[in-house]
Amino acid sequence: MTILAKHAAQRVVYEELHSHGVDVQFDSVLSPTEGMLNGRKTILLGTNNYLGLTFDPDCISEAIEATRSQGTGTTGSRVANGTYGSHIKLERALAEFYGREHAMVFSTGYQANLGVLSTLVGRGDHLLLDADSHASIYDGSRLGHSEVIRFRHNNPDDLYKRLRRLAGQPGDRLIVVEGIYSMLGDTAPLKEIAAVKRETGAYLLVDEAHSLGVLGEKGRGLAEAAGVEADVDFIVGTFSKSLGSVGGFCVSDSPDFDVLRLVCRPYMFTASLPPGVVASTLQALSKLQSEPALRANLMHNARRLYDGLQAMGFETGPEANPIIAVAMPNQETAVAFWKLLLESGLYLNLAIPPATPTDVCLLRTSVSAAHTLQQIDTALATFADVGRRLGFLDSQKRRAGGVA
Amino acid sequence: MRQIRQLALVENKVGPPEKVIRDDISTIFEQVLGHPVNISDRTDIVEDLGMDSLGVMNFVMAIEDFYDISIPLDRIAQIQTVGDLIHAVEDLRSGTQQ
Repeated sequence: MTILAKHAAQRVVYEELHSHGVDVQFDSVLSPTEGMLNGRKTILLGTNNYLGLTFDPDCISEAIEATRSQGTGTTGSRVANGTYGSHIKLERALAEFYGREHAMVFSTGYQANLGVLSTLVGRGDHLLLDADSHASIYDGSRLGHSEVIRFRHNNPDDLYKRLRRLAGQPGDRLIVVEGIYSMLGDTAPLKEIAAVKRETGAYLLVDEAHSLGVLGEKGRGLAEAAGVEADVDFIVGTFSKSLGSVGGFCVSDSPDFDVLRLVCRPYMFTASLPPGVVASTLQALSKLQSEPALRANLMHNARRLYDGLQAMGFETGPEANPIIAVAMPNQETAVAFWKLLLESGLYLNLAIPPATPTDVCLLRTSVSAAHTLQQIDTALATFADVGRRLGFLDSQKRRAGGVA
Repeated sequence: MRQIRQLALVENKVGPPEKVIRDDISTIFEQVLGHPVNISDRTDIVEDLGMDSLGVMNFVMAIEDFYDISIPLDRIAQIQTVGDLIHAVEDLRSGTQQ
Protein backbone atom coordinates (compact mmCIF):
# COMPACT_ATOMS: atom_id res chain seq x y z
CA MET A 1 0.00 0.00 0.00
CA THR A 2 1.58 3.27 -1.13
CA ILE A 3 0.35 6.82 -1.30
CA LEU A 4 -0.50 6.15 -4.96
CA ALA A 5 -2.80 3.21 -4.15
CA LYS A 6 -5.77 5.51 -4.74
CA HIS A 7 -4.98 5.33 -8.46
CA ALA A 8 -5.13 1.53 -8.56
CA ALA A 9 -7.80 1.44 -11.29
CA GLN A 10 -5.79 3.71 -13.59
CA ARG A 11 -2.67 1.67 -12.88
CA VAL A 12 -4.38 -1.45 -14.23
CA VAL A 13 -5.23 0.43 -17.44
CA TYR A 14 -1.68 1.82 -17.67
CA GLU A 15 -0.09 -1.60 -17.23
CA GLU A 16 -2.37 -3.15 -19.82
CA LEU A 17 -1.60 -0.43 -22.36
CA HIS A 18 2.11 -0.62 -21.50
CA SER A 19 2.05 -4.37 -22.17
CA HIS A 20 0.73 -3.59 -25.66
CA GLY A 21 3.57 -1.14 -26.29
CA VAL A 22 1.22 1.81 -26.56
CA ASP A 23 3.67 4.19 -24.90
CA VAL A 24 5.67 4.82 -28.03
CA GLN A 25 9.30 5.87 -27.93
CA PHE A 26 10.79 7.15 -31.16
CA ASP A 27 14.36 6.06 -31.92
CA SER A 28 14.66 9.23 -33.96
CA VAL A 29 12.48 11.65 -35.91
CA LEU A 30 13.62 12.11 -39.50
CA SER A 31 11.27 14.77 -40.83
CA PRO A 32 7.79 16.23 -40.10
CA THR A 33 6.29 13.07 -41.56
CA GLU A 34 8.74 10.24 -40.85
CA GLY A 35 10.42 8.74 -37.81
CA MET A 36 12.25 5.59 -36.77
CA LEU A 37 10.28 3.34 -34.43
CA ASN A 38 11.67 0.00 -33.26
CA GLY A 39 14.26 0.22 -36.04
CA ARG A 40 11.62 0.74 -38.73
CA LYS A 41 10.94 3.82 -40.84
CA THR A 42 7.42 4.90 -39.95
CA ILE A 43 4.98 7.44 -41.40
CA LEU A 44 3.93 9.93 -38.73
CA LEU A 45 0.19 10.54 -38.99
CA GLY A 46 -0.54 11.73 -35.47
CA THR A 47 1.78 14.58 -34.49
CA ASN A 48 -0.40 17.74 -34.91
CA ASN A 49 2.36 19.08 -37.13
CA TYR A 50 -0.19 20.74 -39.40
CA LEU A 51 2.09 22.93 -41.49
CA GLY A 52 5.07 20.58 -41.23
CA LEU A 53 7.40 23.36 -40.03
CA THR A 54 9.38 21.42 -37.40
CA PHE A 55 12.25 20.86 -39.84
CA ASP A 56 11.91 24.10 -41.79
CA PRO A 57 15.50 25.24 -42.50
CA ASP A 58 14.70 28.93 -41.80
CA CYS A 59 12.99 28.15 -38.48
CA ILE A 60 15.94 25.96 -37.48
CA SER A 61 18.57 28.55 -38.41
CA GLU A 62 16.68 31.30 -36.56
CA ALA A 63 16.53 29.05 -33.47
CA ILE A 64 20.27 28.26 -33.72
CA GLU A 65 21.22 31.90 -34.20
CA ALA A 66 19.07 33.04 -31.24
CA THR A 67 20.45 30.28 -29.04
CA ARG A 68 24.03 31.21 -29.93
CA SER A 69 23.50 34.90 -29.33
CA GLN A 70 21.10 34.81 -26.33
CA GLY A 71 21.70 31.44 -24.69
CA THR A 72 19.71 28.29 -24.11
CA GLY A 73 17.21 29.65 -21.59
CA THR A 74 16.06 32.80 -19.82
CA THR A 75 16.24 31.20 -16.36
CA GLY A 76 13.47 33.46 -15.13
CA SER A 77 9.85 34.43 -15.40
CA ARG A 78 8.52 37.26 -17.54
CA VAL A 79 7.91 39.48 -14.52
CA ALA A 80 11.50 39.03 -13.29
CA ASN A 81 14.49 38.59 -15.63
CA GLY A 82 12.72 36.56 -18.33
CA THR A 83 11.49 39.27 -20.72
CA TYR A 84 13.78 39.73 -23.74
CA GLY A 85 13.20 41.89 -26.78
CA SER A 86 12.22 38.80 -28.74
CA HIS A 87 9.30 38.02 -26.39
CA ILE A 88 7.90 41.49 -27.04
CA LYS A 89 8.56 41.10 -30.75
CA LEU A 90 6.63 37.83 -30.82
CA GLU A 91 3.73 39.40 -28.92
CA ARG A 92 3.60 42.29 -31.38
CA ALA A 93 3.73 39.89 -34.33
CA LEU A 94 0.82 37.88 -32.91
CA ALA A 95 -1.25 41.01 -32.20
CA GLU A 96 -0.62 42.23 -35.73
CA PHE A 97 -1.45 38.85 -37.28
CA TYR A 98 -4.81 38.80 -35.49
CA GLY A 99 -5.44 42.54 -35.94
CA ARG A 100 -5.71 42.97 -32.17
CA GLU A 101 -4.35 45.53 -29.77
CA HIS A 102 -2.74 43.14 -27.31
CA ALA A 103 -0.98 39.79 -27.10
CA MET A 104 0.58 37.84 -24.29
CA VAL A 105 2.84 34.81 -24.65
CA PHE A 106 2.87 31.86 -22.25
CA SER A 107 5.37 29.04 -21.84
CA THR A 108 2.88 26.38 -23.02
CA GLY A 109 -0.59 26.32 -24.55
CA TYR A 110 -1.79 24.49 -21.45
CA GLN A 111 -0.57 27.36 -19.28
CA ALA A 112 -2.24 29.91 -21.55
CA ASN A 113 -5.60 28.32 -20.77
CA LEU A 114 -4.79 27.89 -17.09
CA GLY A 115 -3.76 31.52 -16.86
CA VAL A 116 -6.43 33.19 -18.93
CA LEU A 117 -9.44 31.19 -17.69
CA SER A 118 -8.47 31.48 -14.04
CA THR A 119 -7.98 35.24 -14.34
CA LEU A 120 -10.67 36.60 -16.69
CA VAL A 121 -13.40 35.32 -14.40
CA GLY A 122 -13.38 35.13 -10.61
CA ARG A 123 -15.66 34.68 -7.66
CA GLY A 124 -19.22 35.66 -8.52
CA ASP A 125 -18.63 35.25 -12.28
CA HIS A 126 -19.84 32.44 -14.54
CA LEU A 127 -17.72 30.34 -16.87
CA LEU A 128 -19.62 28.40 -19.54
CA LEU A 129 -17.64 25.51 -21.02
CA ASP A 130 -18.42 23.17 -23.88
CA ALA A 131 -18.71 19.68 -22.35
CA ASP A 132 -16.01 18.31 -24.72
CA SER A 133 -13.46 20.98 -23.76
CA HIS A 134 -9.77 20.13 -23.61
CA ALA A 135 -8.29 19.23 -20.21
CA SER A 136 -6.43 22.56 -20.08
CA ILE A 137 -9.77 24.40 -20.18
CA TYR A 138 -11.25 22.27 -17.40
CA ASP A 139 -8.07 22.67 -15.35
CA GLY A 140 -8.06 26.43 -15.93
CA SER A 141 -11.65 26.56 -14.70
CA ARG A 142 -10.60 24.76 -11.52
CA LEU A 143 -7.67 27.07 -10.87
CA GLY A 144 -9.98 30.09 -10.72
CA HIS A 145 -12.89 30.81 -8.43
CA SER A 146 -15.73 31.39 -10.84
CA GLU A 147 -18.82 29.21 -11.02
CA VAL A 148 -18.35 26.69 -13.84
CA ILE A 149 -21.27 25.50 -15.96
CA ARG A 150 -20.95 22.93 -18.71
CA PHE A 151 -23.14 23.03 -21.81
CA ARG A 152 -23.79 20.25 -24.32
CA HIS A 153 -21.06 19.91 -26.95
CA ASN A 154 -21.53 22.25 -29.92
CA ASN A 155 -25.08 23.06 -28.82
CA PRO A 156 -25.82 26.83 -28.93
CA ASP A 157 -29.42 26.25 -27.77
CA ASP A 158 -28.22 24.50 -24.62
CA LEU A 159 -25.70 27.32 -24.06
CA TYR A 160 -28.47 29.90 -24.47
CA LYS A 161 -30.71 28.04 -22.04
CA ARG A 162 -27.97 28.03 -19.40
CA LEU A 163 -27.25 31.73 -19.86
CA ARG A 164 -30.98 32.45 -19.58
CA ARG A 165 -31.04 30.57 -16.26
CA LEU A 166 -28.42 33.02 -14.99
CA ALA A 167 -30.63 36.02 -15.77
CA GLY A 168 -30.76 38.44 -12.85
CA GLN A 169 -27.61 37.05 -11.24
CA PRO A 170 -24.64 39.41 -10.95
CA GLY A 171 -21.21 38.65 -12.40
CA ASP A 172 -19.56 38.39 -15.81
CA ARG A 173 -20.27 35.49 -18.14
CA LEU A 174 -17.46 33.97 -20.22
CA ILE A 175 -18.22 31.40 -22.93
CA VAL A 176 -15.33 29.11 -23.91
CA VAL A 177 -15.27 27.05 -27.10
CA GLU A 178 -12.60 25.52 -29.33
CA GLY A 179 -11.99 26.19 -33.02
CA ILE A 180 -11.38 22.54 -33.88
CA TYR A 181 -11.99 19.92 -31.19
CA SER A 182 -8.90 17.83 -30.73
CA MET A 183 -10.41 14.37 -30.74
CA LEU A 184 -13.05 14.28 -33.49
CA GLY A 185 -11.82 17.24 -35.53
CA ASP A 186 -15.23 18.91 -35.51
CA THR A 187 -15.55 22.71 -35.45
CA ALA A 188 -17.69 24.80 -33.11
CA PRO A 189 -20.86 26.37 -34.60
CA LEU A 190 -19.27 29.75 -33.96
CA LYS A 191 -21.75 31.97 -35.81
CA GLU A 192 -24.60 30.68 -33.67
CA ILE A 193 -22.52 30.83 -30.49
CA ALA A 194 -21.53 34.42 -31.31
CA ALA A 195 -25.24 35.25 -31.71
CA VAL A 196 -25.95 33.79 -28.25
CA LYS A 197 -23.04 35.81 -26.88
CA ARG A 198 -24.41 39.06 -28.34
CA GLU A 199 -27.93 38.42 -27.13
CA THR A 200 -26.89 37.55 -23.58
CA GLY A 201 -24.11 40.09 -23.11
CA ALA A 202 -21.51 37.41 -22.38
CA TYR A 203 -17.82 37.47 -23.34
CA LEU A 204 -16.52 34.90 -25.80
CA LEU A 205 -13.15 33.11 -25.79
CA VAL A 206 -12.11 30.77 -28.60
CA ASP A 207 -9.23 28.33 -28.22
CA GLU A 208 -7.75 28.07 -31.71
CA ALA A 209 -5.04 25.53 -30.73
CA HIS A 210 -5.88 23.15 -33.58
CA SER A 211 -7.26 25.76 -36.01
CA LEU A 212 -4.45 28.37 -36.12
CA GLY A 213 -2.79 28.05 -39.51
CA VAL A 214 -5.49 25.60 -40.52
CA LEU A 215 -8.78 27.51 -40.95
CA GLY A 216 -9.55 30.90 -42.45
CA GLU A 217 -8.22 32.63 -45.53
CA LYS A 218 -5.33 34.13 -43.57
CA GLY A 219 -4.99 31.10 -41.28
CA ARG A 220 -6.26 32.90 -38.19
CA GLY A 221 -8.60 30.06 -37.32
CA LEU A 222 -12.30 29.37 -36.96
CA ALA A 223 -13.26 32.91 -35.90
CA GLU A 224 -11.89 34.18 -39.20
CA ALA A 225 -13.42 31.32 -41.22
CA ALA A 226 -16.83 31.88 -39.61
CA GLY A 227 -16.61 35.66 -40.09
CA VAL A 228 -17.18 36.46 -36.41
CA GLU A 229 -13.79 37.79 -35.29
CA ALA A 230 -15.41 41.00 -34.01
CA ASP A 231 -17.55 38.95 -31.60
CA VAL A 232 -14.61 37.02 -30.16
CA ASP A 233 -13.19 38.89 -27.17
CA PHE A 234 -10.22 36.61 -26.49
CA ILE A 235 -8.35 34.12 -28.66
CA VAL A 236 -6.07 31.57 -27.05
CA GLY A 237 -3.72 29.32 -28.98
CA THR A 238 -0.53 27.32 -29.00
CA PHE A 239 2.79 27.30 -30.84
CA SER A 240 3.15 23.53 -30.47
CA LYS A 241 1.03 22.51 -33.44
CA SER A 242 1.02 24.55 -36.66
CA LEU A 243 3.99 26.66 -35.54
CA GLY A 244 6.10 23.61 -34.71
CA SER A 245 7.61 24.70 -31.37
CA VAL A 246 6.15 25.09 -27.87
CA GLY A 247 4.32 27.87 -26.03
CA GLY A 248 0.92 29.52 -25.89
CA PHE A 249 -0.66 32.92 -26.33
CA CYS A 250 -3.72 35.07 -25.83
CA VAL A 251 -4.75 38.05 -27.99
CA SER A 252 -7.48 40.60 -27.32
CA ASP A 253 -8.65 44.17 -27.80
CA SER A 254 -9.57 44.53 -24.14
CA PRO A 255 -8.15 47.97 -23.22
CA ASP A 256 -6.85 46.89 -19.81
CA PHE A 257 -5.41 43.62 -21.10
CA ASP A 258 -1.88 44.25 -19.76
CA VAL A 259 -3.05 43.97 -16.14
CA LEU A 260 -3.07 40.21 -16.83
CA ARG A 261 0.72 40.35 -16.60
CA LEU A 262 0.42 41.09 -12.89
CA VAL A 263 -2.56 38.97 -11.92
CA CYS A 264 -2.14 35.84 -14.02
CA ARG A 265 -0.19 33.35 -11.94
CA PRO A 266 0.60 30.72 -14.62
CA TYR A 267 2.24 33.60 -16.54
CA MET A 268 4.05 35.11 -13.58
CA PHE A 269 5.43 32.07 -11.81
CA THR A 270 7.05 30.10 -14.60
CA ALA A 271 10.19 30.53 -16.67
CA SER A 272 9.65 32.33 -19.97
CA LEU A 273 10.22 30.69 -23.35
CA PRO A 274 13.88 30.16 -24.35
CA PRO A 275 15.20 32.51 -27.09
CA GLY A 276 15.54 29.65 -29.59
CA VAL A 277 11.88 28.73 -29.24
CA VAL A 278 10.76 32.36 -29.58
CA ALA A 279 12.90 32.80 -32.70
CA SER A 280 11.63 29.69 -34.49
CA THR A 281 8.04 30.56 -33.56
CA LEU A 282 8.42 34.06 -35.02
CA GLN A 283 9.80 32.57 -38.22
CA ALA A 284 7.00 29.98 -38.39
CA LEU A 285 4.36 32.68 -37.88
CA SER A 286 5.91 34.58 -40.75
CA LYS A 287 5.84 31.44 -42.97
CA LEU A 288 2.23 30.79 -42.02
CA GLN A 289 1.39 34.20 -43.49
CA SER A 290 3.69 34.24 -46.49
CA GLU A 291 3.05 30.69 -47.68
CA PRO A 292 -0.70 30.10 -48.03
CA ALA A 293 0.16 27.06 -50.18
CA LEU A 294 0.97 25.22 -46.94
CA ARG A 295 -2.67 25.55 -45.86
CA ALA A 296 -3.92 24.50 -49.28
CA ASN A 297 -1.72 21.37 -49.20
CA LEU A 298 -2.87 20.60 -45.68
CA MET A 299 -6.56 20.76 -46.54
CA HIS A 300 -5.98 18.79 -49.75
CA ASN A 301 -4.27 16.02 -47.77
CA ALA A 302 -7.00 16.09 -45.12
CA ARG A 303 -9.73 15.76 -47.76
CA ARG A 304 -7.91 12.88 -49.47
CA LEU A 305 -7.47 10.92 -46.22
CA TYR A 306 -11.01 11.66 -45.01
CA ASP A 307 -12.66 10.68 -48.31
CA GLY A 308 -10.50 7.57 -48.58
CA LEU A 309 -11.39 6.37 -45.08
CA GLN A 310 -15.06 7.10 -45.64
CA ALA A 311 -15.06 5.27 -48.98
CA MET A 312 -13.73 2.19 -47.19
CA GLY A 313 -16.62 2.42 -44.75
CA PHE A 314 -14.76 3.59 -41.66
CA GLU A 315 -16.70 5.72 -39.19
CA THR A 316 -15.04 9.12 -39.00
CA GLY A 317 -15.83 12.49 -37.44
CA PRO A 318 -18.26 14.85 -39.18
CA GLU A 319 -15.79 17.11 -41.04
CA ALA A 320 -12.76 16.71 -43.31
CA ASN A 321 -10.36 18.68 -41.13
CA PRO A 322 -6.71 17.82 -40.47
CA ILE A 323 -7.78 15.85 -37.40
CA ILE A 324 -9.53 12.73 -38.61
CA ALA A 325 -10.65 10.19 -36.04
CA VAL A 326 -11.73 6.66 -36.87
CA ALA A 327 -14.13 5.08 -34.39
CA MET A 328 -13.36 1.60 -33.08
CA PRO A 329 -16.07 -0.64 -31.62
CA ASN A 330 -14.15 -1.31 -28.38
CA GLN A 331 -10.78 -0.91 -26.71
CA GLU A 332 -9.55 -4.39 -27.59
CA THR A 333 -10.12 -3.84 -31.31
CA ALA A 334 -8.71 -0.33 -31.09
CA VAL A 335 -5.46 -1.61 -29.52
CA ALA A 336 -5.17 -4.51 -32.01
CA PHE A 337 -5.84 -2.22 -34.98
CA TRP A 338 -3.37 0.37 -33.72
CA LYS A 339 -0.64 -2.24 -33.16
CA LEU A 340 -1.05 -3.69 -36.65
CA LEU A 341 -0.91 -0.21 -38.20
CA LEU A 342 2.29 0.48 -36.28
CA GLU A 343 3.83 -2.85 -37.31
CA SER A 344 2.99 -1.88 -40.89
CA GLY A 345 4.88 1.41 -40.54
CA LEU A 346 2.06 3.85 -39.72
CA TYR A 347 1.99 5.81 -36.47
CA LEU A 348 -1.14 7.57 -35.22
CA ASN A 349 -2.75 8.23 -31.83
CA LEU A 350 -4.67 5.61 -29.92
CA ALA A 351 -7.27 7.57 -27.97
CA ILE A 352 -9.31 5.85 -25.30
CA PRO A 353 -11.71 7.16 -22.62
CA PRO A 354 -11.56 9.37 -20.60
CA ALA A 355 -9.53 11.33 -23.18
CA THR A 356 -12.29 10.89 -25.77
CA PRO A 357 -15.84 12.25 -25.89
CA THR A 358 -18.83 9.94 -25.49
CA ASP A 359 -16.62 7.09 -24.24
CA VAL A 360 -15.67 6.03 -27.76
CA CYS A 361 -12.29 4.49 -28.66
CA LEU A 362 -10.59 6.28 -31.52
CA LEU A 363 -7.70 5.94 -33.89
CA ARG A 364 -6.85 9.61 -34.19
CA THR A 365 -4.90 10.86 -37.16
CA SER A 366 -3.58 14.33 -37.83
CA VAL A 367 -2.54 15.30 -41.32
CA SER A 368 0.34 17.61 -42.25
CA ALA A 369 0.93 19.91 -45.21
CA ALA A 370 4.26 18.08 -45.46
CA HIS A 371 2.69 14.68 -46.16
CA THR A 372 3.14 13.64 -49.77
CA LEU A 373 0.16 12.24 -51.66
CA GLN A 374 2.06 8.97 -51.70
CA GLN A 375 2.25 8.95 -47.90
CA ILE A 376 -1.49 9.63 -47.61
CA ASP A 377 -2.20 6.82 -50.08
CA THR A 378 0.16 4.47 -48.21
CA ALA A 379 -1.70 5.33 -45.00
CA LEU A 380 -5.04 4.55 -46.67
CA ALA A 381 -3.71 1.26 -48.07
CA THR A 382 -2.43 0.33 -44.59
CA PHE A 383 -5.84 1.06 -43.07
CA ALA A 384 -7.47 -1.08 -45.75
CA ASP A 385 -5.03 -3.94 -45.20
CA VAL A 386 -5.38 -3.96 -41.40
CA GLY A 387 -9.13 -3.52 -41.70
CA ARG A 388 -9.31 -6.62 -43.89
CA ARG A 389 -6.99 -8.64 -41.65
CA LEU A 390 -9.19 -7.90 -38.64
CA GLY A 391 -12.37 -8.65 -40.60
CA PHE A 392 -13.32 -5.12 -39.74
CA LEU A 393 -14.19 -3.40 -42.98
CA ASP A 394 -17.18 -5.58 -43.88
CA SER A 395 -19.02 -4.92 -40.65
CA GLN A 396 -18.08 -1.23 -40.77
CA LYS A 397 -19.53 -0.86 -44.24
CA ARG A 398 -22.84 -2.26 -43.10
CA ARG A 399 -23.04 0.21 -40.25
CA ALA A 400 -22.36 3.31 -42.38
CA GLY A 401 -22.71 6.41 -40.28
CA GLY A 402 -20.71 9.05 -38.46
CA VAL A 403 -19.19 9.16 -35.02
CA ALA A 404 -20.78 12.41 -33.99
CA MET B 1 -38.55 14.68 -19.64
CA ARG B 2 -41.71 16.69 -19.96
CA GLN B 3 -43.61 13.39 -19.78
CA ILE B 4 -42.30 12.74 -16.28
CA ARG B 5 -43.56 16.05 -15.02
CA GLN B 6 -46.96 15.37 -16.55
CA LEU B 7 -47.01 11.94 -14.96
CA ALA B 8 -46.30 13.45 -11.55
CA LEU B 9 -49.05 15.98 -12.04
CA VAL B 10 -51.56 13.40 -13.24
CA GLU B 11 -50.93 11.25 -10.21
CA ASN B 12 -51.21 14.37 -8.10
CA LYS B 13 -48.12 13.58 -6.09
CA VAL B 14 -48.00 15.53 -2.91
CA GLY B 15 -45.72 15.54 0.09
CA PRO B 16 -42.49 17.20 1.09
CA PRO B 17 -40.42 18.43 -1.86
CA GLU B 18 -37.69 15.85 -1.06
CA LYS B 19 -40.16 13.04 -1.73
CA VAL B 20 -41.30 14.57 -5.01
CA ILE B 21 -37.71 15.23 -6.12
CA ARG B 22 -36.68 11.68 -5.14
CA ASP B 23 -39.52 10.24 -7.24
CA ASP B 24 -38.59 12.42 -10.21
CA ILE B 25 -34.92 11.49 -9.87
CA SER B 26 -35.82 7.81 -9.69
CA THR B 27 -37.77 8.09 -12.95
CA ILE B 28 -34.91 9.95 -14.64
CA PHE B 29 -32.42 7.30 -13.44
CA GLU B 30 -34.63 4.61 -14.95
CA GLN B 31 -34.77 6.48 -18.25
CA VAL B 32 -30.99 6.99 -18.40
CA LEU B 33 -30.08 3.47 -17.20
CA GLY B 34 -32.87 1.72 -19.06
CA HIS B 35 -33.98 -0.41 -16.12
CA PRO B 36 -35.88 0.06 -12.82
CA VAL B 37 -33.86 1.25 -9.81
CA ASN B 38 -34.51 1.21 -6.10
CA ILE B 39 -33.00 4.33 -4.58
CA SER B 40 -32.80 5.90 -1.16
CA ASP B 41 -31.02 9.03 0.05
CA ARG B 42 -27.98 6.88 0.87
CA THR B 43 -27.70 5.34 -2.61
CA ASP B 44 -24.23 6.08 -4.03
CA ILE B 45 -24.73 7.25 -7.62
CA VAL B 46 -21.48 5.81 -8.97
CA GLU B 47 -20.91 2.79 -6.68
CA ASP B 48 -24.47 1.50 -6.26
CA LEU B 49 -25.90 2.38 -9.66
CA GLY B 50 -22.78 1.44 -11.62
CA MET B 51 -22.67 4.69 -13.62
CA ASP B 52 -19.52 5.67 -15.52
CA SER B 53 -18.46 9.29 -15.96
CA LEU B 54 -20.38 9.64 -19.23
CA GLY B 55 -23.50 8.14 -17.63
CA VAL B 56 -23.23 10.59 -14.76
CA MET B 57 -22.85 13.50 -17.17
CA ASN B 58 -25.89 12.47 -19.20
CA PHE B 59 -27.86 11.94 -16.02
CA VAL B 60 -26.88 15.32 -14.60
CA MET B 61 -27.86 17.03 -17.86
CA ALA B 62 -31.22 15.25 -17.81
CA ILE B 63 -31.80 16.47 -14.24
CA GLU B 64 -30.78 20.00 -15.27
CA ASP B 65 -33.22 19.99 -18.18
CA PHE B 66 -36.02 18.64 -16.06
CA TYR B 67 -35.70 21.23 -13.31
CA ASP B 68 -34.48 24.04 -15.61
CA ILE B 69 -31.37 24.53 -13.51
CA SER B 70 -27.62 24.36 -14.12
CA ILE B 71 -25.60 22.51 -11.49
CA PRO B 72 -22.12 24.11 -11.34
CA LEU B 73 -19.18 21.69 -11.67
CA ASP B 74 -17.98 22.22 -8.09
CA ARG B 75 -21.45 21.24 -6.85
CA ILE B 76 -21.47 18.15 -9.09
CA ALA B 77 -18.10 17.14 -7.61
CA GLN B 78 -19.63 17.21 -4.11
CA ILE B 79 -22.59 15.02 -5.03
CA GLN B 80 -22.02 11.40 -4.12
CA THR B 81 -25.40 10.10 -2.99
CA VAL B 82 -28.99 10.57 -4.09
CA GLY B 83 -29.51 12.59 -0.89
CA ASP B 84 -26.69 14.98 -1.91
CA LEU B 85 -28.35 15.37 -5.30
CA ILE B 86 -31.77 16.11 -3.80
CA HIS B 87 -30.24 18.82 -1.61
CA ALA B 88 -28.40 20.36 -4.56
CA VAL B 89 -31.60 20.43 -6.64
CA GLU B 90 -33.55 21.96 -3.74
CA ASP B 91 -30.90 24.64 -3.20
CA LEU B 92 -30.66 25.57 -6.85
CA ARG B 93 -34.45 25.62 -7.32
CA SER B 94 -34.98 27.88 -4.32
CA GLY B 95 -32.16 30.08 -5.67
CA THR B 96 -34.00 30.44 -8.98
CA GLN B 97 -37.30 31.25 -7.34
CA GLN B 98 -35.85 34.04 -5.21
